[in-house]
Amino acid sequence: MGRRNIPEVSAGSMADIAFLLLIFFLVTTTFEVDSGITRKLPPIPPPGQVPPIIKQKNLFTVLVNKNNDLLVEEEVMQLKDLRQATIDFLDNGGGTNEIGEPCNYCQGKKDETSSDHPNKAIISVRNDRETEYKTFISVQNELVGAYNFLRNRESMKINGQKYTTIDSLYNDPKLKDGSPEKDALSKKLKKIQDMYPLKISEAENVKN
Amino acid sequence: MSKFKKKKSGELPPVSTAAMPDIVFMLLFFFMTVTTFKKDDYKVRQNLAFADQVQTLNKDDKVIYIYAGKPSQRYQDDFGTQAKIQLNDKFADVSEIKDYWFNEINNNPKLGQQYQNVAITALKVDGETNMGLISDIKQELREINALKINYTTKKGEFSKNYKK
Repeated sequence: MGRRNIPEVSAGSMADIAFLLLIFFLVTTTFEVDSGITRKLPPIPPPGQVPPIIKQKNLFTVLVNKNNDLLVEEEVMQLKDLRQATIDFLDNGGGTNEIGEPCNYCQGKKDETSSDHPNKAIISVRNDRETEYKTFISVQNELVGAYNFLRNRESMKINGQKYTTIDSLYNDPKLKDGSPEKDALSKKLKKIQDMYPLKISEAENVKN
Repeated sequence: MSKFKKKKSGELPPVSTAAMPDIVFMLLFFFMTVTTFKKDDYKVRQNLAFADQVQTLNKDDKVIYIYAGKPSQRYQDDFGTQAKIQLNDKFADVSEIKDYWFNEINNNPKLGQQYQNVAITALKVDGETNMGLISDIKQELREINALKINYTTKKGEFSKNYKK
């Protein structure tokens, strides 16, 4: 009856339009993932607070001068040796912690002159104002690397899984806050963190 | 003769291009979904340092960015070659960081007042910046109790930092 023929829309140019869009998105795409070394800054101490006295042997001092040279525990050191030196220091376990327990999981040399317990060991990094940022990052990277090495080792013994693996599972955005899985992971992490607490102090810069 | 000619009977059939739009659309959707638009234009050099002991920031983390480094080539005539801080898309002074931080946390639709204690400040700093500037930034952040920071790096061994 009144049926009219609807003219067919040509789909021939669809590919061209899609190509245009495709090229636009191809050009604008950046596969950028933000990742980096996460750190917590120390809060500003209330006025009048006296800093606690730390035994020299529990302090691992890393100085970086303006020529980006390293002075570790009064000795010149190359950046590539820093990680092992840090591991040796943290894992020494020559004494006892605050409540008098020896470090029964440490595998270090038990040297009297080095750190007592990973719990007490503190790393102090001091930079010159003219130190380059990439040196600072490299030093931080090696120090965190030393901690991760020790934490991974203990975590493999206890959980059969690397600390860093558990940590990335814990930080997965798909895992909801308060879910039992997340709590379980958090407990595992806490246990390892208590064995090797991250104590890196970034003191104010030295001026020269 | 005719025996051989027989083989050359049909011509090559033309390749059908009917499936091309489908393929193109597939690619299109892929790139559409993975595209993230850059938030700010960098006015400072961003040759980030390398590190391998890194943690990844997730998309729904509450992140405030601070950029620092030498001004890029085309801004060097106006701003010199000394390392500078960039907040949003402007060069800024160290003293402006506090205002910027609170302004971001209160007014950025992705953030909000309630996230003040969990917000992470990402420092995107060029590898050749002096540490003096960084410690000034850190000091400012400590004063406003913005203690969670992330030194944004590229993934790689630290020895790559020293390759020419």
